[in-house]
Amino acid sequence: MAIFQSLVKKEAIHIIRDKRTMVITLLMPLVLLLLFGFAISTEVNDVRVVAVVDRHTDQTRELLEQLGVNSYFNFQGLTSENEIENLLRAGKTDAAIILRSDNGTLKTQIIADASNTTLAQTLTGYIQGVISGNSANNMMITRTLYNPQMKSAYNFVPGIMGMIFILICAIMTSVSIVREKENGTMSLLLVSPVKPVTIILGKLVPYFLLSCIILTIMLLISYTVLELPLSVSLINVIIISLLYIILSLSFGLFVSTIADSQLTALIASAVVLMLPVIMLSGMIFPIDNMPVVLQWLSAVIPARWYIDAMRKLMIQQLGLSYIAKDIIILTTMTVVILLLSIKKFKSEK
Amino acid sequence: MNSAIRIENVSKRYGNLVALDKVSFDVEQGELFGLIGPDGSGKSSLYKILATLSIPETGSAKVCGHDTVTDYKAIRTEIGYMPEKFSLYQDLTVSENLNFFASLFGVSVKDNFDLIAPFFGQLERFPHRKAGALSGGMKQKLALSCALIHRPRVLLLDEPTTGVDAVSRSEFWDVLAMLRQKGISILVSTSYMDEADRCQRIAMINKGRILTIDTPANLVAGIGENLYNAVAPDMFRLLVALRKLPQVIDCYTFGATLHVVARSDFNPAQATAQLTSEGITDVRIYPAKGNIEDLFIKLTRNEQP
Repeated sequence: MAIFQSLVKKEAIHIIRDKRTMVITLLMPLVLLLLFGFAISTEVNDVRVVAVVDRHTDQTRELLEQLGVNSYFNFQGLTSENEIENLLRAGKTDAAIILRSDNGTLKTQIIADASNTTLAQTLTGYIQGVISGNSANNMMITRTLYNPQMKSAYNFVPGIMGMIFILICAIMTSVSIVREKENGTMSLLLVSPVKPVTIILGKLVPYFLLSCIILTIMLLISYTVLELPLSVSLINVIIISLLYIILSLSFGLFVSTIADSQLTALIASAVVLMLPVIMLSGMIFPIDNMPVVLQWLSAVIPARWYIDAMRKLMIQQLGLSYIAKDIIILTTMTVVILLLSIKKFKSEK
Repeated sequence: MNSAIRIENVSKRYGNLVALDKVSFDVEQGELFGLIGPDGSGKSSLYKILATLSIPETGSAKVCGHDTVTDYKAIRTEIGYMPEKFSLYQDLTVSENLNFFASLFGVSVKDNFDLIAPFFGQLERFPHRKAGALSGGMKQKLALSCALIHRPRVLLLDEPTTGVDAVSRSEFWDVLAMLRQKGISILVSTSYMDEADRCQRIAMINKGRILTIDTPANLVAGIGENLYNAVAPDMFRLLVALRKLPQVIDCYTFGATLHVVARSDFNPAQATAQLTSEGITDVRIYPAKGNIEDLFIKLTRNEQP
């Protein structure tokens, strides 16, 4: 036990003395969460809209009034049909609504600047929402559950957590183990009477503790600044996150048994672990929209299942029974990777 | 009495590369034994086997009577191993490094400090300096201290003097002599042939094979070659010209001079005259005393293609 303590202490000194890495490690989750939470959002505010009305009725007045008070729109007033194209070309407006009364029924047309597709899709959705809410003969009623305001922060928090833990646990652990191999200190550890399992645990535990600190920071920001709905499912969020942290640590250990130099370890972790997490985990791009082959590929990426589970827990606030599949997959992955890396570590003789 | 280290017919291959080829030798208790050979001759591979980090393909090795494969756990508390690079934690301080390695073996620095105190000297003045900020000689002493802190019976030092200045190198050999006095058996490797004299016995190794084993004095005495020094202002022309002479077996640069290995019918005065007639001025040829390096060149001469 004393040996284990001094291994952990030594590793903690490594982490703390490396000030630059330490600062990056603690600041990155903060910056990423705030960046994705506020700056990079797919929600659209202040959509500039003009309207063309051929004959005013109660209906059109009501509609324009609604556009005016809606905080998502910046209603710029009425214009003529000929002017629309000029306004769009000059970039002075984002969309135009044309309202025509035809024998007492209102016909609407939306003309949107689709040079930015995300913007165009979102704003036409907004406008349609306003119009359909207004029109009496439209029976379609849309309710968006769990995230009624469609806040993109809700969507990104699980994704960022999935990314951060792979980054910190896998990359930092693998680099730190490979650094000992490079420096030759690993052979001194192996030559000592200390058991290999103790050496591995002495490496993993400090990074596990560091990850717990980061998890606390991220959850604090999520539930305060980003205003995620707080509920009892928070306990489940923590449990699944700890499982995912252990999985990421196992990945780091596995990479370190393969890589010979710190650079290889870094590239292997970054390319093999990071990129797929960003591209294929469903963090940014929905998995359902991917080609089938990529969908299969995404199935082996742990972050996909973690993010899926986190969305269900944090946003939908469902119980653990709803994410049984994710838990089983994550647990299986952890066991397999851990066994593989211990086997590889021992056979290195 | 058991040998401190007993190596029998050990072979090791990495792919097609033969690192060790049927190596056998013994290191007696309390002996300072040198393993002399150039880089890539298989020294480090042998150390890895003795330190239980690697398994021999054939043959067996015993350290303190324990087999390195079947009884490796018993060996680990008996040996102090210093790998090729000074393996220290660069971001840990002097005392942190020492305490850490002591804790791995479950011993305290205080109880064992007497063993390292004689040479720890200067390091004691900066216990809080980071290992990475130490000079080569100080790093070497700290690494040795870390390897000694658990009072091993056998020290395995793999090229401990590489990359260290001449003064520190000489001091280091004094330390090894002192440790030997305390009964520690030492196997030390080096690629500096001039360090061989500091060992009691040496084994010369090249391309994974042991060439010869004896005391340095016996080895030098047994060279049995006609050896001359040769100097001239134009050393390269001299070298080429000497190699063409029929009585010359071999000629190679040796420090600031050339060493000439010659047959018994070689006459220095005659050779000087002939070289002068070829236009090489100020040639001086005089008898030389052979050393370990000449022996090494002699032993490897026939191997070279």
